[in-house]
Amino acid sequence: MTRLAIALFGLAFLAGCNRTHKPPATAARTFGAAIVEIGGGKQVGGIGAPLDQPVVVQVNDAKGSAVAGALVEIRTAGGAAAAPDAGLTGSDGQFSSMVSLGGAAGRYQVVALTRDKSGKAVELRLDEIALGSQQQLGRVLNDQYCSRCHDPESTPERVSNHDNLTAKPHAFTEGAVLNAMSDADLASIIGYGGPALNKSPEMPPYGYTLSKPDLESLIAYIRAVADPPYRSKGLIYARY
Amino acid sequence: MRKRIQTWWQFFFGDSARAFGSLSVILLIALAIAPAKDRFREWTRYQRQYVRLIRGRGEAATLQRRFQGGLQQIWMPELGVTDRCGTCHLGLKEASLSDIPTQPFRPHPPIPHSLTEFGCVLCHRGQGAATDVEEAHRSTLAWEEPIVPARYLESSCGQCHWNELTGTPQLNLGRKLLAHYDCLSCHVLKTPQGRRVESTTDAPSLEHIARKTTREWIFAWLKNPQAYAVTATMPNFQLSDEDAREISAFVISQSTPYLPAGAAAESGPSGDAAAGAAVYGESFCASCHATQNAAGMLVGGDVGPELTRIGSKAKPEWLAEWLRNPKIYDPDTAMPHYRFDQKMLAPLRGFLEAKTDSDLLANVHLEPATPAQISHGKTLVTERGCASCHEINGVKKPDNFAPELTVVGSESLAKIVFAPGVSHTLPDYLQAKIRQPHTFPGSKMPQYAFAQPQVDALVTALLAQTERARALPPALLVAGRVESSYRPAGKAGQLMADMNCFSCHRIYGRGGDMAPDLTWEGSAVQRRWLVNFMKNPNTLRPALIRRMPRFNVTDAEAETIADYLLTVYQTPDFDRDALEAAKFTAADAELGKQLFYSKYACQACHILDPQNDKGYIGPTLTQVGARLNAAWIFHWLKNPQALRPGTIEPNRNMSDEDARALTAFLMKENREVAKK
Repeated sequence: MTRLAIALFGLAFLAGCNRTHKPPATAARTFGAAIVEIGGGKQVGGIGAPLDQPVVVQVNDAKGSAVAGALVEIRTAGGAAAAPDAGLTGSDGQFSSMVSLGGAAGRYQVVALTRDKSGKAVELRLDEIALGSQQQLGRVLNDQYCSRCHDPESTPERVSNHDNLTAKPHAFTEGAVLNAMSDADLASIIGYGGPALNKSPEMPPYGYTLSKPDLESLIAYIRAVADPPYRSKGLIYARY
Repeated sequence: MRKRIQTWWQFFFGDSARAFGSLSVILLIALAIAPAKDRFREWTRYQRQYVRLIRGRGEAATLQRRFQGGLQQIWMPELGVTDRCGTCHLGLKEASLSDIPTQPFRPHPPIPHSLTEFGCVLCHRGQGAATDVEEAHRSTLAWEEPIVPARYLESSCGQCHWNELTGTPQLNLGRKLLAHYDCLSCHVLKTPQGRRVESTTDAPSLEHIARKTTREWIFAWLKNPQAYAVTATMPNFQLSDEDAREISAFVISQSTPYLPAGAAAESGPSGDAAAGAAVYGESFCASCHATQNAAGMLVGGDVGPELTRIGSKAKPEWLAEWLRNPKIYDPDTAMPHYRFDQKMLAPLRGFLEAKTDSDLLANVHLEPATPAQISHGKTLVTERGCASCHEINGVKKPDNFAPELTVVGSESLAKIVFAPGVSHTLPDYLQAKIRQPHTFPGSKMPQYAFAQPQVDALVTALLAQTERARALPPALLVAGRVESSYRPAGKAGQLMADMNCFSCHRIYGRGGDMAPDLTWEGSAVQRRWLVNFMKNPNTLRPALIRRMPRFNVTDAEAETIADYLLTVYQTPDFDRDALEAAKFTAADAELGKQLFYSKYACQACHILDPQNDKGYIGPTLTQVGARLNAAWIFHWLKNPQALRPGTIEPNRNMSDEDARALTAFLMKENREVAKK
């Protein structure tokens, strides 16, 4: 009798625990061999906020055609979150999820994962970028002063001047070129214009229009959106 | 048992020496407890972790020298700040720790304020004096202000900054939406100085509505404003068919004629819609009004209402009267008086009348209303607070129709009635209230069609309205832009009011920001050019899609306005006739040309020679010598922001000699172009 009571108590206890556990993910009905990005990678958003566009991935089989009903998990770290964080692909083989970023500025890796028939995980890694207050200011200044020439894409509201220039400006996402420039070089070219680094005078100086913190935030923004990502070199001993 | 206790008692307190010894030991232990307790506190654990963390790093010596153990506190009674956050967040000021991925040792990202002067809770909120993680960050029973989530962090800037900060786009958008969507017509929101923030949208008066539109359209609009225009700022009141029927009946019944009997002019038949499209385009109606194109994309500005389905709304006779002179129907409208002649008016009317949507009113069939229905309609109008935004005959604008929002960012959670399923935090409550107001019992708030970023922006703006902001020293507050009440005088003033220059241009702190600020325009431009421009505004900035329309003014009207602008709107900083173009030499101009094309590369943004120059960010300079005064060009080149704050032309830190040579070139080169 006592044993039965203990067993019942134990069961009830475990049942209570179970509530804090996640419900088991929906079981996969089919399996793919590859997972590819449809959209939503390399988005730029604010800290702690959901990204504008959902992350959309597609599961393909070995022949490259879409697989419906495959289980996709979205894994995030560092305070970022995905909703939903797991689910089955639709009839078009796609799965979409809204990702919100963590509270610190920087890059967040979003891993979309599915399993093939043997149970081996197939992963897709996407980078999303969260802008802190300094980079956010840089983004606004970029929209105001820089993007008209540096962004080759035109929008209905803003026609790009990129193609009208003799020396083509670098888009700020061109990490391959811009990562090689030091902060001091970027500060010189923004502050004193192209000729400061023996480049085209079509890049005018902004050091007499913008303040020093403005220039720093522009550099912080350029670093934040660089692709491949920018890594600072060496130690910084400075104190804020 | 009893015996054993007696033996122990004898052993410790048997005689005075034993008792003294035992008590001393007890006292010693008691004294040791206090320091030992501190050793096991959460924050000492973090401090030990930090010391271990920095020990292995390259810059260990520097970090160790700067490390101070023990409780760290920032105390600023005048700001209401008592922060001990630095006790655990030890790396806040150490830029070298930027590779540390997780809290609490990450350095603080660079911000415009000093951490020691402002502390932490002013921006992040939370309980500054607490020294354990749970108490400091989350809301507990005794402390209702948890850390503000990172996505709304800009709200904290808004506690002091009422001006539009460059670095806070979300806060700025939120404040703009509050004013644009007329939230502030029902809700009172005051700055810490006690000034009420006004709505920027002037909802149309309904006093003469029966002339403008039909009861059927009002019914369809009330049922779902966004079905008529996706950009409609009017929210959905989720009315039943019966309520919408009665309100529309009342609104039509209260309408009075706005023209004296018999004053309605014969407008004649409307013209060809295709020709009207050309008039619509030439008149730059799209600078203010949007329409959906064939692909369903909205094209045009948001100053005036969307016109995609205007033909289903406006009665033809009203449309004719409105286009002829909108000021008669609504003296306060932002729409300019265009002075269209019959040749333009007829096709334009035809074009707008053809913009119909047969689905909109297809299923609306209204029986004539009974007096009882009309009077119930009036009751509904009063209950729903329609008069907060619209002028309605016989219904007074209600005061305090909705809760005041001045300190909504400090609202006590205990006072909030949460809808089921909403987590119990203030930001989540505000999100839910804006997104689904009808889920809150007893809420009068209508349903808006905001997108997620707009809701985030609104919550950010509302969270800025804190009790703390009102208690801050007045010296910290940065006042926002307040519209001045400037009105130009005389005949020109009347003309400028008639053409609503202030809908787009700003002068002496009043007006819109779509077009250039004209406060110093009198120093800038030449009379002949200005008169011609008023009569036929040609394109100055080819890349812009918003343009100055042609108002079809007479010569006399153009001259009156030009003379007024040239006389009144002069900068006190320089004399516009100080530099005489005739005195420049050919050598000056030649040097200027070199500077223009090589040193300053002005052609990157401006077109001076249409054959070779391609830049189209700044205004075209082909006519500049006939457009601007030499003195203005000189001073503009020296410091553009001094003449027009916020202009994107960078200050080139130009020497007087260079500026003079460039001025000479610009004044001369143009004359050649003009001669052709």
